[in-house]
Amino acid sequence: MAQIKSVLRDLLDDVLGLADSYAVTLKHLFRKPITEQYPEYKRLFAERTRGRIILTRDPHGEERCVACYLCSAVCPTDCISIEGAERKDGRRYPLWFRINFARCIYCGLCEEACPTLAIQLTPDFEFSKYGVLDFIYEKEDLLVDHQGKNAEYDYYRHAGVSVEGDKGEHINEKPPVDVKSNLP
Amino acid sequence: MWWTLGLVLLIIKLTIVISVLFGFAAYMVLVERKLLGRFQIRYGPNRVGPFGLLQPLADGLKLIIKEDFVPRSADRLVFLTAPAVVAAVPLVIAAVIPFAADFTIGGTRIPMVITDLNIGMLFVLALASLAVYGVALGGWASNSKYSLLGAIRGSAQLISYELSMGLSLVPVVMIAGSFSLVDIVNAQARLPFILVQPVSFIIFLISAMAESNRIPFDLPESENELIGGFHTEYSGMRFGLFFVGEYVSMIVLGALTTVFFLGGWRGPLLPSLFWFLFKTMLIPLFFIWTRATLPRLRYDQLMHLGWKFLLPVALINIVVTGGVMLLMGW
Repeated sequence: MAQIKSVLRDLLDDVLGLADSYAVTLKHLFRKPITEQYPEYKRLFAERTRGRIILTRDPHGEERCVACYLCSAVCPTDCISIEGAERKDGRRYPLWFRINFARCIYCGLCEEACPTLAIQLTPDFEFSKYGVLDFIYEKEDLLVDHQGKNAEYDYYRHAGVSVEGDKGEHINEKPPVDVKSNLP
Repeated sequence: MWWTLGLVLLIIKLTIVISVLFGFAAYMVLVERKLLGRFQIRYGPNRVGPFGLLQPLADGLKLIIKEDFVPRSADRLVFLTAPAVVAAVPLVIAAVIPFAADFTIGGTRIPMVITDLNIGMLFVLALASLAVYGVALGGWASNSKYSLLGAIRGSAQLISYELSMGLSLVPVVMIAGSFSLVDIVNAQARLPFILVQPVSFIIFLISAMAESNRIPFDLPESENELIGGFHTEYSGMRFGLFFVGEYVSMIVLGALTTVFFLGGWRGPLLPSLFWFLFKTMLIPLFFIWTRATLPRLRYDQLMHLGWKFLLPVALINIVVTGGVMLLMGW
């Protein structure tokens, strides 16, 4: 008798467990879907999102890229190729700059490697094409007319410029400390 | 003269039943995907046409255009014919299902059933077992280990649940006193059998779920372990036929549940055809709800449920029904 009782109690437990799970799914049936319907609704992406790559200019409108090859060296898929050249005033620039976006994995290592903040990734990810050759972007496709994420930064004001003033007068430089003043 | 009219009538009924079944099966896929989406707080397909209503057409078109691939080591003839078995069997079952009240034109009564077999229920059970051949042969002919495993599971499962399905219908026959589906519906004029035989109804519903190879009994095609099971190697419209078969059999099982337990086409106020379709659709909707709710059973749990629970309960139910009928002097 006790055995039958425990079997019946197990059965009741099982049935209640099943009914409970059915109730949970039924409750979800009447919830509003949380899907964002993509082409109609486009989510705003953060500035740091890694999408299509651009080449930015410095605040004076000059190309930031100095053709140092660091981005092409660090690129894991070897999708960046550059040929560097030199201007008459000694400033370097890329003669041509080519990114094969069919191979790019949008890892952002080029952006991290760039000493002049020239190469930057943008949040633009809608980047599908019918032909694989259409993915090869030349310098004129990559170069933009703005500063990208860093409006102020100007590499040539910080580096590669001969120091003209006295000690402590260069940009962002603190005046020299008199070593004799901080003796114990 | 009269027999030509009968023939024309028969062909009209056949055409209507087959097209309605295929149409409902195609849209059942959409309904299932939509509902599953809603159960998972998604939208489901809503891109092709308004509310995704053209999705079944797009799916069908895609399946027809796709390559009909036959693996090199497959048994070609069996491989090519197995999907037809799966798709045809539920259609044949639909022949004995009465789908509306008799219809009278100018004093002539037109029965709203394709054929009223006096052994209709035996015919249904025999054909339901025949659907196993499609699964078993398809899996075996593919000559792939996943398909073979799926086919073996399918045969074992379908045979096990066939038994409890048949036994759950014995009390229905005992009360109705006939194997004919039309007589069974007529016997429920006062009270649908779900109220008289709730245990039978539950056993039949579980067995029907297992018969249609659906979650939680979809072991023959378990995507995760067997990569599709018996239809792993199928592609294009042959793969589609397996699906058509599954959905048509879902609807046909719904119709059978309606006939055996829910009182068939009987219902107040509205036309009988509406009541039949409404009750028939309830069962596939419940199957979809189950799919959204329950995980797949383990193989030993499946066998345990079939042989150690459903079968004894069905047998006890028969004995109890017989005893009660004897006492009440039915």
